[in-house]
Formats: sequence, C-alpha cells, structure tokens
Amino acid sequence: MGHPFLRDGVDFGDVILVLVIVVISFVLCLVATMLMVWFERKVVSRLQNRIGPNIAGPFGLFQTLADGIKLFFKEDLIPERADRKVFQLAPYLSLIPAFLMFTLVPIAGDFSNVSESGTAGTSTIAGREFLWQGADIPVGILFFLAMSSLGIYGIMLAGWSSGSKYPLLGSVRASAQAISYEAALGLSIAAVILVSGALSTNEIVQSQSGSLRQLNIVATGFVPFIVFLIAGTAELNRPPFDLVEAEQEIVGGYHTEYSSIRFALFFLAEFMNTVTMGGLIVTLFLGGPAPLFDLPLIDVMPTLGWFAGFLLFFGKLLIFLFIFVWFRATLPRLRYDQLMDLGWKALIPVSLLWLLILGGIRIAQNGDLGIVENTNANVAIVLVASLALGAVGWLLLRAAMDNAREERLEEAGFQLIAVPPQQLDGHADSSTSGASH
Amino acid sequence: MMELIVFVISAAIVLGGALGVILFRNPVHAALSLIASFFGVAVLFVSQEAHFLALVQVVVYGGAIVVLFLFVIMLLGVDREEDITEEPFEGQRVSALVSGVLIFAMLMAGIFLSGRTGDDAGDFGPAAISGSSGQVVPLTEEQDVVQLGHDLFTRNILAFEATGLLLTIATVGAVVLVRNRGAEDLVVDEPGTSSR
Repeated sequence: MGHPFLRDGVDFGDVILVLVIVVISFVLCLVATMLMVWFERKVVSRLQNRIGPNIAGPFGLFQTLADGIKLFFKEDLIPERADRKVFQLAPYLSLIPAFLMFTLVPIAGDFSNVSESGTAGTSTIAGREFLWQGADIPVGILFFLAMSSLGIYGIMLAGWSSGSKYPLLGSVRASAQAISYEAALGLSIAAVILVSGALSTNEIVQSQSGSLRQLNIVATGFVPFIVFLIAGTAELNRPPFDLVEAEQEIVGGYHTEYSSIRFALFFLAEFMNTVTMGGLIVTLFLGGPAPLFDLPLIDVMPTLGWFAGFLLFFGKLLIFLFIFVWFRATLPRLRYDQLMDLGWKALIPVSLLWLLILGGIRIAQNGDLGIVENTNANVAIVLVASLALGAVGWLLLRAAMDNAREERLEEAGFQLIAVPPQQLDGHADSSTSGASH
Repeated sequence: MMELIVFVISAAIVLGGALGVILFRNPVHAALSLIASFFGVAVLFVSQEAHFLALVQVVVYGGAIVVLFLFVIMLLGVDREEDITEEPFEGQRVSALVSGVLIFAMLMAGIFLSGRTGDDAGDFGPAAISGSSGQVVPLTEEQDVVQLGHDLFTRNILAFEATGLLLTIATVGAVVLVRNRGAEDLVVDEPGTSSR
C-alpha cells in the first residue's frame, strides 16, 4: 500500500510534482510582484507626466531588484519600546497569507478540454495530471477569505507592537476598514458561488468557459463585480482607501517604525496582494484562463494548449492591475466617515439585495414559485418583489439615518426649529440640515 | 501514521495556545495564542476532511472574532500587563472551576456514551456522518458543504433562525448600551456642526 507516510494511491512522484509546483508558484509570485512594483511606478509616472525608473536595466526593469538589495543591506532597527517578538513576527504574518492566496489563482491551462477525471484545464507531465495553480482545494474561495482575514493580523500587530502612536492609529484604522469591507467582499463572492455553483477556483473558471453569457461578470449582473472591485481595493489598503498609511496624517501608518528587510517584507506583501487580488477578480468574474467568447481568431488558441490560457489570463490581469494603478493616480483619498458610509450604507445593502435577487431568480427559473407556471413571469415576480423590498429597506435605512442624525444634533444641544415650508425654497426634506447651519 | 503525526502536532498547538491564553499576562499575547489554538483546531478539521468547517473556523474565529478582540484591546488601550492575583469578581474563580469540571464531564460522557466509533476507511479516509436514520453515510469530496446547507435550512431551520434573531438582539443591545451614555459624553463628528 505504498509508503506509510503517504495516503493510498500517492507515490513519491506526486510529492515531487507538488513540491515543484509550490516552488514554481513561489518564484512566479515573487517575479510578478517585482514586475508589479515596476509597472506601478512606471504607469504612475506616465500619468503624472514624469518618466519614472529608467536607469537600472532595460526600461528600468531592475529598479525593484536594486531597491530590494538596498533594503537588505540597511540597518534593521527595532524601537526600544517595541514588543520585540510580535514586532518580528508581524511581517511574516503579512507575507505568508499573501503568498498562500496567490496559490489559489489558476494562471494557465486549456479549459476547453475536460479530462477523464472531470476537471478541465489540466496538463499532463510524466503521466501525472496537474493544474496550473498552486493548489486546488475543494473549498478554494473560502480559503481566500480565511487568508485575507489572517493577513490583517500582520498589519494590526505591526502597528500595535511598534510602541508608538502613529503606527497604532494606522493599525486601528486598518482593522476597522478590513472588518467593514470584508462583509461586502464576502457577499459579492457569495453571488459568484451562487451562479457558478462551486467553491473551488478551478470549477469557478470551468463554469465560465464557453460563452460571454456564462462569464460571471455578466451572469451575476455586474453589481457584484463593481462591489468586489471597490471592496477589494479597500481590502488592499490601496488608494483611494489608503487611510491606513496616509502619509499626510499618520506618517507611514503601521510600518512607520519598520526598516530594512522587515519593511521590504511588508512592501512585498502589499504588492503581492495587489497581484493576487487582480488575479482573483479575473478568476471570479472574467473566466480566468478561459477565453471570453468564441471568435474565429480564437480557433488558433487550442493549438497553443495551456499557453493560450496563460496569455488570456495575463491579458485580463493586466487590465485590472492598470485599473489599480489608475485609481491611485486619479482618485483622492476618502475621508474616514466617507469610507465607513460607503462600506456600511452603500456596498453591504446593495450586495445583500443583489444576492436576494440572484437567489430569487434562480428559484424562479426552476419554476418552483407556485404562483404561475411561466418561468419568465416568475422571474418578473421575483424582480418586482425584490426591488419593492429593496426600496422599503432603503427608505428604512434613510429614516434610521435621519433619525440618528437628528438625535445626535439634539443631544449635542441643537434646538430643532421647525422652518415654515415656504422659506425652504424647494429643500422640502431638509429640516435637519436647516437646523445645523 | 500520517494522521497520528498531524494529530499530535496540531493537538500540541491547540493545547499550547489554550494554555497561552490563560498564562500570558499581556492581553494581546493571549489573543495571539488564541489564534494559534483556533488554527490548530482548523488543521484537525482538515485532517478529518472537513475542509469547509476548517476554513469557517479560520474565517470566523481566527479572523473576525479575534480581530474584534484585538481591535477593542487596542482602541481602549487596555494592553497593559494585568495583575491577576486579585479576583475581578467575587466567586469568579470557584464558578469557573465548577463549570470547567462540568464541561469536561459532559464531554467525557459524550465521548464514552455515544455508540459511534470511527469508520475503518483508514488514514485520511472519507469522513462519515450519521444520517437521520442512524446509518453512517460516507461523504464524497465537497459534498459536506451541500449537506451542511441542506441540514441547516431544513432540519435545523428553527435553531438557525433563532441564532440569527439572537445575534440581531445582541447587535441592537450593543447599540442601545453605547447610545445610552449621558449627552455630555457624546462627540458630534458630523461635518458642519463643529460650531456649537
């Protein structure tokens, strides 16, 4: 029955294959991160009418490598008031989840042919099937959520253990932001799971290969995609959600006290997460390595095999990485109350309502509604009912917000004066704002 | 063999983490060892092929709940080392001891009195659960999520809804508790209201 350390049907060849895949994905992750740093600096420079790095290597490609080596040889400082053990642990808590998340993303493979074992996108080497991703665990996408919630610890503990005010402020901001946006992120992933009917990233891609209508961005109706893009940017602490390291307010946030290689690890984790988030958006909503639609041009793709998948994935990924950089160059940072308002009062209600609509439509399409037989009529009923419910919910939310605001003003000593309606000049519903001016 | 090794290592992490929670004087260190303990439990779940449970364990407990603990600890600045020679509440130690013993007794009774023994599918064999009719139903991969969903929304719907209600009540209660302070403590952070 094989080696006692190994499960039935597994031999050392499989173990070596897994090891090779892990090493390759680690190297690939590092190279991708290095290129991402260069890409970001170059694109931001161009958007700001500068040239950007252009000395080290062709087009300044080795700038990141040079910076890395420089950071390596700098003095590594630990503040005297720091909690030494936690201070040393924090960068790794940030880096390891970042890398583990990357292993989930299928980066290549030919998803048009389904192998005997029922999985698509496999390739074969020495008689062994493998997937073009670090690991395909059955509950894959939940693993992403788990790792992103563990990644917060790196930032939180870095700020706390520095023993100084600004880093602590940064990490408190980071944890509040992460908690607020994780719900919206999870709900938009739930929409994808509902439509794809699978949790593993490989199966999510497989469910999207074929036609444009099967792509999750279309099948889930764009809203979860928008929500995921916004919440994902917030989760990455990238601009315009970079309150965590807002240099005008709190120096550098959680990594103020970090120097040398420990700082480099945080930097690495941040950019690694950016690449991974782009890859996950592509996987979840744009079909990953699967082609977007059938065009005659794409008929040559199958001859390329897995490499066609890589080209498609890379092209799609590049779009999102550019969007992230574009955000950074274009959008000003949100104020803290705007950040919380967007997360709690816009993204979460919208994604909840959307999940309700998607679920209802699925039931209606199965014809289980029990009112009319016609599927289209069922879908219409679901849509109308959901939208009505959404409208009621929105009105309740508005009422609660107005009420809370009024109460706060009253408690703070403002007298609410009933303003006669003719003085309002069309601002019929602004009795509270009239009092606050 | 492999299962034994995984079990021993993760059990050591679970117990070490649990001991750390009560032995560390610094609340942040205690919270960190709580994460380690949860993580060990998640590894045990994985070795039983309960992937979904394992990840929920990490997402909910390791992630959300301990993040909230740490958030409160940091925000309130209670991260000083505490003097634990004095009892915070009278009779707390005795009642903690009694309930600890009771829980231990309950767990032991549950383990020894239940008729079920492990299935003989070997190391890392597919996990098995008892169906409603009592026989053991072997699970295939990924079915555990489907089965869990069905169970939650059919047989256990009442408990599920009750838990939801309980959480809502807890949220409302927390808001009420926070809102009920005196008006003089309140800080108005609305833009445009800074001039009192």
